[in-house]
Amino acid sequence: MTPEEVKHHIKTYVLVFIALAFLTVVTVAISYIDLGVKGGIALGLFVASVKASLVACYFMHLLDERATIYWTLIATAISFLILIFLPVGAFLAQARIY
Amino acid sequence: MSEGHHKQSFWSKYIWSTDHKIIGIQYGITSLIWLLFGFALMAIMRYQLAYPGSPVPIVGSLLGEGGILPSEMYNSLGAMHGTIMIFLGVVPLAFGAFGNYLVPLQIGAIDMAFPKLNAASYWTYFLGSVIMVTGFFVPGGAANSGWTSYPPLANTATMGQTVWLLGMIMLITSSLLGSVNILVTVIQLRADGMTWMKLPIFVWTQFITAFLLLLAFPPLEAAGVLQLMDRLINTSFFMPSGLVVSGEVLQNAGGGSPLLWQHLFWFLAHPEVYVLILPAFGIVTEVIANNTRKPIKGYKSLVYAMIFLGFMSFVVWAHHMYLTGMGTTIGAFFQTTTMIISIPSVVILTALLLSLWGGSIRFNTPMLFALGFLPMFGIGGLTGLPLGLAAADIHLHDTYYVIGHFHYVVAPGTLFALFAGIYYWFPKLTGKQTNETLGKLHFFTSFICMNGVFMPMFVTGLAGVSRRLWDGGESYAHAAGVFQLNELMSISAWLLGVAQLFFIVNIIISLRSKKTGESNPWDATTIDWTDTTSPPLGHGNFDKVPTVYNGPYEYSVPGSKKDFLPQSQKG
Amino acid sequence: MDIPFNVKERPDTGLYNGKLGIWFFLASEVMLFGGLFSAYIFLRTGVDNWPAGTDYLDVPLATLNTLFLISSSVTMVMSWASLKLNDFKKYKLYTLITLFFAFAFLVVKYFEYSAKFAHNPPYLPSTNNFLGIYFTMTGLHVLHIIGGVLVIGYLYGPGSKMWNSDPERFTNRIEIVGLYWHFVDLVWIFLFPVLYLL
Repeated sequence: MTPEEVKHHIKTYVLVFIALAFLTVVTVAISYIDLGVKGGIALGLFVASVKASLVACYFMHLLDERATIYWTLIATAISFLILIFLPVGAFLAQARIY
Repeated sequence: MSEGHHKQSFWSKYIWSTDHKIIGIQYGITSLIWLLFGFALMAIMRYQLAYPGSPVPIVGSLLGEGGILPSEMYNSLGAMHGTIMIFLGVVPLAFGAFGNYLVPLQIGAIDMAFPKLNAASYWTYFLGSVIMVTGFFVPGGAANSGWTSYPPLANTATMGQTVWLLGMIMLITSSLLGSVNILVTVIQLRADGMTWMKLPIFVWTQFITAFLLLLAFPPLEAAGVLQLMDRLINTSFFMPSGLVVSGEVLQNAGGGSPLLWQHLFWFLAHPEVYVLILPAFGIVTEVIANNTRKPIKGYKSLVYAMIFLGFMSFVVWAHHMYLTGMGTTIGAFFQTTTMIISIPSVVILTALLLSLWGGSIRFNTPMLFALGFLPMFGIGGLTGLPLGLAAADIHLHDTYYVIGHFHYVVAPGTLFALFAGIYYWFPKLTGKQTNETLGKLHFFTSFICMNGVFMPMFVTGLAGVSRRLWDGGESYAHAAGVFQLNELMSISAWLLGVAQLFFIVNIIISLRSKKTGESNPWDATTIDWTDTTSPPLGHGNFDKVPTVYNGPYEYSVPGSKKDFLPQSQKG
Repeated sequence: MDIPFNVKERPDTGLYNGKLGIWFFLASEVMLFGGLFSAYIFLRTGVDNWPAGTDYLDVPLATLNTLFLISSSVTMVMSWASLKLNDFKKYKLYTLITLFFAFAFLVVKYFEYSAKFAHNPPYLPSTNNFLGIYFTMTGLHVLHIIGGVLVIGYLYGPGSKMWNSDPERFTNRIEIVGLYWHFVDLVWIFLFPVLYLL
């Protein structure tokens, strides 16, 4: 990475930081609006995901990362989603038969 | 260490070493000792099962009143046998020992990517295994809730369970360090020309195994932390409300679910099955290709089947939980995935069987073990199919049938493959050959005894005998017809122990014998055998890191001078 | 004898060993916290009445803590960029600020925890499963913060001597610890709404 590129990056970091701080305030603000439990969870998680993507893409430089790391993260994401959704899915299906 | 370097002390060379070969051997010796220990626990249990209520000879005085094995201790021995065999024995041997020693050699690396982390991984494993076994000396004895540690039983069990959890967390940390190391080594340190499709199957299996360990183990670590919280500071993650134990309502907040533990546990423990079996596939493939002197059938199918197997192993775990009253929709999902996962296993087994066809087979000791693996794993796999279908599983669950099924996969399956590997790579480790006669005696006696132990289990299991009965079913009417089989199984098990003396004596004799001076006694193609210097190898592995030109199994190449073409030879 | 690609990147993967290693480590961390998040969802759906975070927890303090952590994240990446620009003094400055924010986070967390224990009746992990999972998840997260502080502190102090002997390798180290630190920040970004707000 050349010094010019790094300097350019630094500007991005500051912008991302401002966005993150703003979104933090947004998360707290929307928690005071009554959207029902499901709406609140969906919106809250959406904002959190946006923030997390900003951190991952810019601070962790995922935007210009290598194929090997993308593949690793895809595999991780798949098993993460399985771990999050399948147990509770099985549990809900179980609850329904009683 | 080659000549001219300063002399290292014994301690820095063999104990605190960061050389992957020494660490591999450390893993190997430690895990073999634990395997023997785990076997001994089972031998004691089998006495109680064959002759319920009679004093156990030799070790009886250690066990309890009048030398009879108490029922609480029987439970401890059962739980610890499972834990020790899997987490302290087979996985460290297959992944820690073979992976560490051979992966860098087979890809042409001078060491693992992170040598210090590698040593840390071994010592964490060592510490974890010692912690695990100290459970025997705490009040109430070692963990006694089965190797699966299901709550609420495990939550209310004696202190040994806490020790089990602490040991488990250490072991998980160790395997995490080990798997990161293997993954980075395979991706980053392959020699020039060693492309992915030129990797020996053994390296592929270790690579996929490392991925499984990396992604499947952490949820169990999370579950272990939750169970520790439940046990130590009285949270209720796995405790339903209003649970009554020994006539008293438990004083905790409640609202938790024992099923949560089962999900998190089997999320690890099903991929763990493939952690046990994949390295075995790898070793068997190497040995079969070498001793049939012909290329392996369907290299690419093998690789893709193994990757698919690894992926699918994450979505089948709840077939261990049909009896929890699972709904039909989700049950159908897991039955389907379970049937699908048997396809890649069949692809692999078929490819290996077809590889035998038309080969001029050399029946040496490693090959015998590899050939023994094929039908034994076949029996283990096929008997698993009824367990994957809820209707059959409801009858068979928690019976000896299940025990027979997974022991066929792991004992005459994986362990035979590991023995094949030990005999096959012994010349690489030491520069010496093992004794063929003793090796063959070891194989045939083990083969007969293994079947003597596990085949009758299918019979008792189909009769409905539960796997956790202290008296082997003596007091149960439905077990009356098959009870006498217990004696056959027990005698076979003890003879199996005696048969391992052939192995131990063979290793000792061979270690004391002269070096053969051959660097490639099996005429193998993979680059772990290319080095011309006499083994054992020094630090750095290769005089000159080879460049790779050929695929891993170029045997009987038409027009070639010799009947094999090493990977590092242009031609 | 040096392991290849320890510092320089391997041409075909474009990565040096440490960077790939930390990403694999982070993958397993995803699954570790994933297990706990899975437990959280499981426990929450399993009961009729799941308490709201605001019943027990202090949202303003946690918002402050969120701001501390994202600030420490940006200064962390700035310290790496400073090294890329060959400015060791700025590296030191930014790392010091990072450590300051991390300590601030820990201090706030300390006050949060002690307020729970001092409450009448005390809010303990055993009080109910919401508090149980709150203490487990934030506790594990705090352990990660402490681990990060130790490593960053080492690289600020004695570890920074490597800048004179092997600047490239030192910059790599800062990148690696930075990746870890951002990940810990990222976990908090999810923990904050899940535990406090939803």
